[in-house]
Amino acid sequence: MPTIKSLDDLKKIREEALKKQQLKETSGNTEVIVGMGTVGIAAGARETLKAILDIIEEKNLSNITVRQTGNIGLDSFEPIVQVALAGEEKVTYGKVNPEMVRQIMEQHVIGGKVVAKYQIKS
Amino acid sequence: MRELSLHILDIAENSLSAGATRIRIAIDEDLKNDVLKIVVEDNGKGMDAETLARITDPFVTSRTTRQVGLGIPFFKAAAEACDGALILQSQPGAGTTMQVTFKHSHIDRMPLGDVTSTLLTLIIGTPDIHWVFEYQVNEETFVFDDKIIKEALKGVSLTEPAVIKFIRDALNEGINDVRQEKTKEDTIKNNYRSESCQP
Repeated sequence: MPTIKSLDDLKKIREEALKKQQLKETSGNTEVIVGMGTVGIAAGARETLKAILDIIEEKNLSNITVRQTGNIGLDSFEPIVQVALAGEEKVTYGKVNPEMVRQIMEQHVIGGKVVAKYQIKS
Repeated sequence: MRELSLHILDIAENSLSAGATRIRIAIDEDLKNDVLKIVVEDNGKGMDAETLARITDPFVTSRTTRQVGLGIPFFKAAAEACDGALILQSQPGAGTTMQVTFKHSHIDRMPLGDVTSTLLTLIIGTPDIHWVFEYQVNEETFVFDDKIIKEALKGVSLTEPAVIKFIRDALNEGINDVRQEKTKEDTIKNNYRSESCQP
């Protein structure tokens, strides 16, 4: 359980994050969604999500929201990752392993360019 | 799935699908009685008796995207193969509680695996859900209630790098603290064994 000391740490984290948010207010939030249904989990979706969080930490990325959702309905393409840059259409990637996560994070989430070779087109 | 923590993730997903807002996950390693117990308790929409009775049947699911739900049947089979059981309790409107037991030392029992990654996925991936995690080894208990954290961080995304690190560290630390109890138990057993082997 968080002790008094660690709650103070949280306060500090919050203040610093809010400062950063004010600076970047105009750029908006990028959303990254990982499908976490039974098939996704069995195919490695937890490790895929972990890789996303690791890269956010490694590159100290702010203004990204990572969410998980239930079955997306594309079983044969699990693990599935969806990326939505602020104000843009959602892009769906299939069979995303941790190695591909790095490319998607660097090229799409940071660079703003869709990684077409991993994209599932409906 | 080769880790119990992946099964826990899968069961927690069921709770989310059932509209739960508060989900409690408890892992109890009772080494003295050689029992590993996992409980997932939610305040979701629950099920009627008929659904409950059929839910462990692979060909029943309330989902419409795909007809076959295999998560619970697999988990049940895994428990029963290790002298354990899977028990589901539920009522419409009153949430669902699943209790799964294993013989702790059973040779076929899956390892718990990466519990921290399962919890990080759930806590960070569902900002609006209140998660309570309890991990117990013998008498040592670690309780992690994310409500305090989520309230203290009001207005800040849980995906902030500093927040991810904070939650991961808190979980790892708590889990490792409790695990020391296990090392102690092993040492006692080993000492006993080596003593009893002496001529």
